[in-house]
Amino acid sequence: MKEETKLNESTGYWRGVWTEYKRDKLSVLAMFLIFSLFLVAVFDDLLAGKKPIIMKYQNNIYSPAVFNHKKLIGMDFSDQDEIKDISSFVIFPPVKYSATENDLFSVLSPPDKNHYFGTDDRGRDVLSRMIHGTKISLSIGFVAVGIAFIIGITLGGIAGYYGGRTDFVISRLFEIMITFPVFFLILTILAFRDPSIYNIMIVLGATGWTGIARLIRGDFLKIRNYDYITAQRALGANDIRIMFVHILPNALAPVLVAATFGIAGAILTESALSFLGFGVPPPTPSWGDVLSQSKKYIDFAWWLVIFPGLAIFLTVTSFNLVGEGFRNALDPKLRGR
Amino acid sequence: MENILEIKNLSVSIGDKQNGFEVVSDVSISVPKGKVIGIVGESGCGKTITALSVIKLLPDPPAKITSGEIIFKNRNLLELSDEQLRLIRGNEISMIFQEPVSSLNPVFTIGEQIGETIRTHNKINRKEERDRVIELLKLVDIPDPERRYSNYPHEMSGGMCQRVMIAMALCCNPDLLIADEPTTALDVTVEAGIIELINNLRNEIGMSVILITHDFGIISEIADEIYVMYAGRIVENAKNELLFNNPKHPYTIGLLNSIPDLNDIKNKYLKMIPGNIPSPQNYPKGCRFNDRCEMMIDKCKRSVPLLEKVENEHESACFRSGEINL
Repeated sequence: MKEETKLNESTGYWRGVWTEYKRDKLSVLAMFLIFSLFLVAVFDDLLAGKKPIIMKYQNNIYSPAVFNHKKLIGMDFSDQDEIKDISSFVIFPPVKYSATENDLFSVLSPPDKNHYFGTDDRGRDVLSRMIHGTKISLSIGFVAVGIAFIIGITLGGIAGYYGGRTDFVISRLFEIMITFPVFFLILTILAFRDPSIYNIMIVLGATGWTGIARLIRGDFLKIRNYDYITAQRALGANDIRIMFVHILPNALAPVLVAATFGIAGAILTESALSFLGFGVPPPTPSWGDVLSQSKKYIDFAWWLVIFPGLAIFLTVTSFNLVGEGFRNALDPKLRGR
Repeated sequence: MENILEIKNLSVSIGDKQNGFEVVSDVSISVPKGKVIGIVGESGCGKTITALSVIKLLPDPPAKITSGEIIFKNRNLLELSDEQLRLIRGNEISMIFQEPVSSLNPVFTIGEQIGETIRTHNKINRKEERDRVIELLKLVDIPDPERRYSNYPHEMSGGMCQRVMIAMALCCNPDLLIADEPTTALDVTVEAGIIELINNLRNEIGMSVILITHDFGIISEIADEIYVMYAGRIVENAKNELLFNNPKHPYTIGLLNSIPDLNDIKNKYLKMIPGNIPSPQNYPKGCRFNDRCEMMIDKCKRSVPLLEKVENEHESACFRSGEINL
């Protein structure tokens, strides 16, 4: 009797997906890692920087790390001992160095108790640069894939759903896009436009949609002939509704997987661009940028290679693992296996 | 009797002009208000194509309606725009399909799916929508509708899914329900339930039904009028009892004979019609049944027999139907 009630109890779609996802411990770990990276990206100013998180100055409480207080304009935060003297209460971020300020007295110093991950050739703290770079790298990954996702779903969906001549034209467009060596295309475009992070996001998104579009097209071609789509048409649903309400959720699983791989790919491409000097303009920190500092000092400055390299590796691997976990969990047909 | 739907001389072709072939030829069917019309025939004889033509859901290309009229409530459906048709589908004409489980979208609960169809055709708020869905689930005899509302299709049996499909089809009180082999994928006890449900609903709501099947058992139970199709043509049409008591076409007789008889223990083998249904590319000239017919004469190879009245409310397309007497 107890068993029966349990069978009839229906769980929501996303709760079911989550139950299924949780079975794969490695994917859960990867998701946890990505979540922590998100926290790092959001609270980067509280984790690394020269400005105090909280300080009490002339009986007022300020938070210079987060806000630009009018009263504190003109205050020099470079000497932290002086700040300590003038304020009655102060908390500094755990990494007390700015990501962009040069410090020529400690150039290329190996990891020690001040600089946990060492410094680069301009004396900037590597850990601080990586914390601030997380925000840049992650947002480039997400926004670029978001752009690719929108273009890919729209074009692939239209091609797959309408088929025939429409499909022919759009499919040729995919193929033309695929023939371009994307990396060189990006380099060319960035050579003409200034390499701000927005341009990098747009370029990565505008060149990265073909994989998603092809997956969506294939699934739309298949699903549009399924019985439940015919049934929906017989019940009077219109094209837009059929495409986006009925077909898309059924075609989403492989695309979400592709999207997570895409985020990993975009982060990697951005690192490669920065490594070549075409990435985010200095002194904006990004993981690839830190890595590119190591080029000249690779024979001894191991900390410039290991830490950003490990960060890129772990992030890319985590996104791939999350993608795979979702692929297995999203498909209701695979549930309960 | 007022006819709610009239299919007049419908022909459907598949393929282009050079390689095309006709799959439905010159089919006329009239559906009176509140009646159940049965269409029977072997697989591949054009039953489903005819039904899909009514709401213009034929996969076009390759299938194309080449001639004919489909008159529904004084409008020719073939002349309406896609948008006008969309408003008729699910609202005035509904259809249910052979495979109930695959006819439901696996990622939505059945409540959401029924509700969505209601929303497509009516302005309604969420609360009213939920009440209406539960009312519909009750109407189609689904036990415990409040809980079933949030079930997914894969959590329900085939029979239950077909009831959900019927509920979806009924949500706007359609005037015509097209049931394309609604029980083929279900087992026999469930089948009886579904057929009884359709029959009750017809009586309660007063809608007309086109029931497509290859099962004479179902047809004899609820159809008022029966059309027998063979190779894209209607070969016989009659009132229910007339067809079973006094069939006038050799194909109908063959079909009726091939129903296994439990009391007949002497015959070790099932009776059957020799040969196979020809493919549409090479239908024989003249009567399309001539290569399998025991009563074939030369004339059958030369000219096509037309549907002719053999008695009141009974037509047959056979040159020798006058000689048939069972």
